[in-house]
Amino acid sequence: MSDTPKQNDWSKPAAMAIPEGGYFKDKIEQGRYGPIFPKTPACYGFSIIAKIIPGREPNFYEYARNIEKAVAGQPDCLAVLKLHYLRWNLFKIKGDNYFQYMGIFDTDFDKYTEDAVAIFAATGLNTVFENLEGFPKDWKTNAPAFIKFVRDHHCPSFLEYGEYPYVSAEEIKKALKLKAAFSDMLDQMQ
Amino acid sequence: MLEFDDIQYILLTRAPAITGRYEFLSFRNPGAGRAWLSAILETMHSVQQARASIEKDNRWVSVAFTWNGLRALGVDESSLASFPEEFKQGMVARAEILGDTGANHPDNWIGGLASSDLHAIVILFARDAQERQRCEAEHQRLVAQCEGVEVLSSLDLEATPPFEYAHDHFGYRDRMSQPVIEGAGEEPTPGTGAPLKAGEFILGYPDEDGPPANLPQPEILSRNGSYMAYRRLQEHVGKFREFLRQQGRTPEEQELIAAKLMGRWRSGAPLVLSPEKDDPALGADPQRNNDFNYKQMDPHGYAVPLGSHIRRMNPRDTAANMNRRRMIRRGGTYGPPLPEEAPEDGIERGIAAFIICASLIRQFEFAQNVWVNDRNFHELGNERDPVCGNQDGTLEFKIPKRPIRKKITGLPAFTTVRGGAYFFLPGLKALRYLAALGNAG
Repeated sequence: MSDTPKQNDWSKPAAMAIPEGGYFKDKIEQGRYGPIFPKTPACYGFSIIAKIIPGREPNFYEYARNIEKAVAGQPDCLAVLKLHYLRWNLFKIKGDNYFQYMGIFDTDFDKYTEDAVAIFAATGLNTVFENLEGFPKDWKTNAPAFIKFVRDHHCPSFLEYGEYPYVSAEEIKKALKLKAAFSDMLDQMQ
Repeated sequence: MLEFDDIQYILLTRAPAITGRYEFLSFRNPGAGRAWLSAILETMHSVQQARASIEKDNRWVSVAFTWNGLRALGVDESSLASFPEEFKQGMVARAEILGDTGANHPDNWIGGLASSDLHAIVILFARDAQERQRCEAEHQRLVAQCEGVEVLSSLDLEATPPFEYAHDHFGYRDRMSQPVIEGAGEEPTPGTGAPLKAGEFILGYPDEDGPPANLPQPEILSRNGSYMAYRRLQEHVGKFREFLRQQGRTPEEQELIAAKLMGRWRSGAPLVLSPEKDDPALGADPQRNNDFNYKQMDPHGYAVPLGSHIRRMNPRDTAANMNRRRMIRRGGTYGPPLPEEAPEDGIERGIAAFIICASLIRQFEFAQNVWVNDRNFHELGNERDPVCGNQDGTLEFKIPKRPIRKKITGLPAFTTVRGGAYFFLPGLKALRYLAALGNAG
């Protein structure tokens, strides 16, 4: 386990209220593509909400099947994003279709922006984003335009909670590996 | 096909120099800047010229400009606007992103490098001190002729003895892991990786992702150009040696600590290939000294600690899209060497280096922001690069070891950033275009 500071004690569930706009104004950290949203007890994350270009809805379901296949074929294909969970939703507001893409991950998105763009291309994730209104057509070669779209459509949390706050997916996997190793050791001792 | 007759020599060639000088210039009016540029152009080498006469030449000259410098030469607003945002902002404005805070903050920089008056750098490499002095005097005469051109500051480079191989003031062998560019005529040494597309380093060519895109305009200005991040990094040699003495009881233990910080023995021998003891012959052998990986050969960092300098600066097979993150390094050491048993003498010495790449934000800034200064790189929790990261005495350095790792707390800063800047390194045609800007009107 890494040496997370004591205030980030994983055994103490924690909640964090976040000011309007998503930043704590007195401690904004600058990233390469702009200010970084703060790390919370639920780690880093984003919630992108955008309107779907009318008539494109079937593409989203096809995309879901493709992603399922891609991850089954190559389970580490999204590893660079340092994810815990991703959720994709479709919903209606006043008859228009909207898309939500919510991710929880262990590194601020700014750090690995270019890697994310590369993954979007490699896994076909772009096939949904290209069906959203306002998504830059030159996103593959224009990381700043891509990140601007993400930032413009990100709805920052005003409250986040962690049952085991600040713990990374890597630490969780290490703990489970350790548990399995101990279990194996006990078997070998019989 | 790379246009060797247009690309500045420094991008693809290393001059056989043991000394050099950087001069930092400001242009008080565009005409003066262009007159200076026209004259200095006469002394400059393309890759082709440098390669043809490298044995008989004694000095090599390169010129590059800040964004303010391009404006000071008379580049129009629409062209200026077409440069990437991070270059327009300049290194000072990007300080927090780069980890240039605390002692490294631009407020503490010297030589006028943090000033918006910094417009250009002229980089001289010379075969010996006599030639450097001759060039220095010649340049002094040129500047005197161009009223309105001011030298803000200068820095003399001195290789540190022994001169047989390049190394820094701490004693670490340098220049072992440089990327090779497709079509540049160099064979990569084992472990260096396949040659990379030229567009990763030179504007106007396809890069690892495809055809060139979003280049500064007009094309004549950007073609065969590149970006350079300049870093003047003071090395606190006395403090470094004192740290080694504190951490290791014997000279062997001290050498091992030095090797663990770097990931290589000071001889250059990689810890992955020689984890227990130094192997100077291995360090000096380019066919072997870069031929290793981490994922298979050292996944837990028992040889090369996960947070060591070379594992951060080039994570090899443990990072995604490595081909989009490579950089060319040039430069040298400055200041007198500190004799082995001498106490710290208070004289500044260090490395004055250029990191050359096609995208400052994707290559240089990524490396600084994520690899060098992310405290949680490789889940390390509370570390930064032990050699060039922003250290304030509160961070750690962990050395994996069976059965229990060694954890060094309160790691001191062995280096301090004393200056830096973002420069655009144009091709020779682009330099001629810039020099002639006023003529049409």
